[in-house]
Amino acid sequence: MYKFLARRLLSTIPVLAIVAVLVFLMLRLTPGDPAAILAGDAANTEQIARIREGLGLDRPLPVQFAIWAKSILSGDLGESFYFKMKVTSLIGQRLEATLSLATLTIIFAVFTAVPLGVLAAWRFGGWFDRILMGFSVMGFSVPVFVLAYILIWIVSLKLGWLPVQGYKPIAEGFGPFIRHLILPAITLSVIYIALIARVTRASVLEALGEDYIRTARAKGLPESRVLIRHALTNAAVPIVTVIGIGIALLIGGVVVTESVYAIPGLGRLTVDAVLARDFPTIQGVILFFSVIYVMINLLVDLSYVFFDPRIRY
Amino acid sequence: MATDSAAEALSTESAAVVRQDSAMQRLRRNWSVRIGGVVLLALVFIALAAPLLGTVDPTLFDAGSRDLTPGQSGEITTLDGDSIKHTFIMGSDSFGRDIYSRVLYGTRVSLMVGAFSAVVALVFGILLGLLSGYLRWLDGPLMRVMDGVMAIPAILIAIALVAMWRASLLSVIIAIAIPEIPRVTRLVRSLVLTIREEPYVEAAISLGTPAWKIMLFHILPNTVAPLLVQGTYICAAGILVEAILSFLGVGLPPDIPTWGNIMAEGRVQFVTFPHNVLFPGIFLALTVLAVNILGDGLRDTLDPKMARRS
Repeated sequence: MYKFLARRLLSTIPVLAIVAVLVFLMLRLTPGDPAAILAGDAANTEQIARIREGLGLDRPLPVQFAIWAKSILSGDLGESFYFKMKVTSLIGQRLEATLSLATLTIIFAVFTAVPLGVLAAWRFGGWFDRILMGFSVMGFSVPVFVLAYILIWIVSLKLGWLPVQGYKPIAEGFGPFIRHLILPAITLSVIYIALIARVTRASVLEALGEDYIRTARAKGLPESRVLIRHALTNAAVPIVTVIGIGIALLIGGVVVTESVYAIPGLGRLTVDAVLARDFPTIQGVILFFSVIYVMINLLVDLSYVFFDPRIRY
Repeated sequence: MATDSAAEALSTESAAVVRQDSAMQRLRRNWSVRIGGVVLLALVFIALAAPLLGTVDPTLFDAGSRDLTPGQSGEITTLDGDSIKHTFIMGSDSFGRDIYSRVLYGTRVSLMVGAFSAVVALVFGILLGLLSGYLRWLDGPLMRVMDGVMAIPAILIAIALVAMWRASLLSVIIAIAIPEIPRVTRLVRSLVLTIREEPYVEAAISLGTPAWKIMLFHILPNTVAPLLVQGTYICAAGILVEAILSFLGVGLPPDIPTWGNIMAEGRVQFVTFPHNVLFPGIFLALTVLAVNILGDGLRDTLDPKMARRS
């Protein structure tokens, strides 16, 4: 197990290295002076000169990459020219909001999508199954921000139940914190629910065709126990896999959702950095998100042991 | 054993006599293809015939007709400086531009970006996939690079690229297509790996057919169905991402009428004038839905293996 853990951890290194190379090349292969691009519109000539010197832009590309990679490995993502501070502390500042939103969304999505998917598989081809699959296609098609505005319009403006936008840190009390996050989390979870429900349905459907389900039913187990203990447990591996892969969708959604609901998180930071053409921040945030994504999928891989004892590392 | 195979040969022969439905016939009978196709055709018609559908130039504005609610009449100043009467079916924005005209012209941008980003992603994906599936030494390195691209969330790649290049129609299309390339590459590669074991490819190799000819004439034609399906999904995703880029203010310049731009412009006043956001939003959702439904229909009829998987 530990041996596998070490091997699996090591295997993420090449992927992360390639991500780093790609993020690095993204900037170098653009026409124009990388130093000027990196500094962004807000920088002055002195800053540009300092960057050029710091990055060694007169040196060959591999050397430049080595310099850059070294500073990243030592935990230095550079300095934002727009926000005038270290990118790492900038990310640290914005992390709480995004983490809260993402966690709430994942919990809400999983606890909605999995039961829906199981029900649809149980009544395969019935009206519930058809309606759910219809909603699932719609969930993939309705843009996050359109959904956000429709929800704001109905829930906040017409009904007045929840605040329109904004964010309250958890330190200011749990009530206001959660009230500000409910709508964004629902908005963000729709596409995620569509994805997870679809895979749950397909996966449970497959499990329901197995012999052990017939055995379980034949020995008189209640249907709920057959569905949860026998079908769902055996269908778990594809479901956790898609929850992991879906994190990419979630990150994309976070960027939009935080902008609509004015939540000061990493997604909002990405947009602000792009609008200000603040490249150290853009690079830093992309690297950060990618590392998180790769790490979550590593955890998903490891969780297979828990869901399926046949899998042994 | 011998009789078994003889019976099998007989049965396949007699089955061949029964006329099989062609792919085209199956497509036309499928409800998803019908619905998605009709809506999409209607949207293409709207895009092409936008000038004839009672619209005005989408960039025209009139200070006197700002923030009109849907259905109100007002005036609009033409490029020559004349004021003409105009009914704002979907209202007007805070510059006094006609939302109806902007939404209709926006159809052009959305469909174009969707279609071209799918084409760009498919072309590069097919190329890389064929190379990777056929040249084994290239397979490892290329697939690792693709893994790397897939580890970065698609929207972030698109946003970063557009920010770097300054947005134009071309740069937006390429920025949307690049994160989609790895998925196409993987699909083509897996297809190539399966198809190259088929007897007819083996036969072609033994006849001394050059590798490029085998790829082009023996393998590629057999990848058309799954790629068509994949292309439809990329098109839907492309339309969505373009709208998101415009909405966030990093996409096409704000004077170009795109659904995302109209919504970005209207979001400030969403509380008082929700129509600015709702009308383009409905069009956007409808378009993406139509393309996705069409994709599902294509998948069910052309690519039954994939249909069973999901």
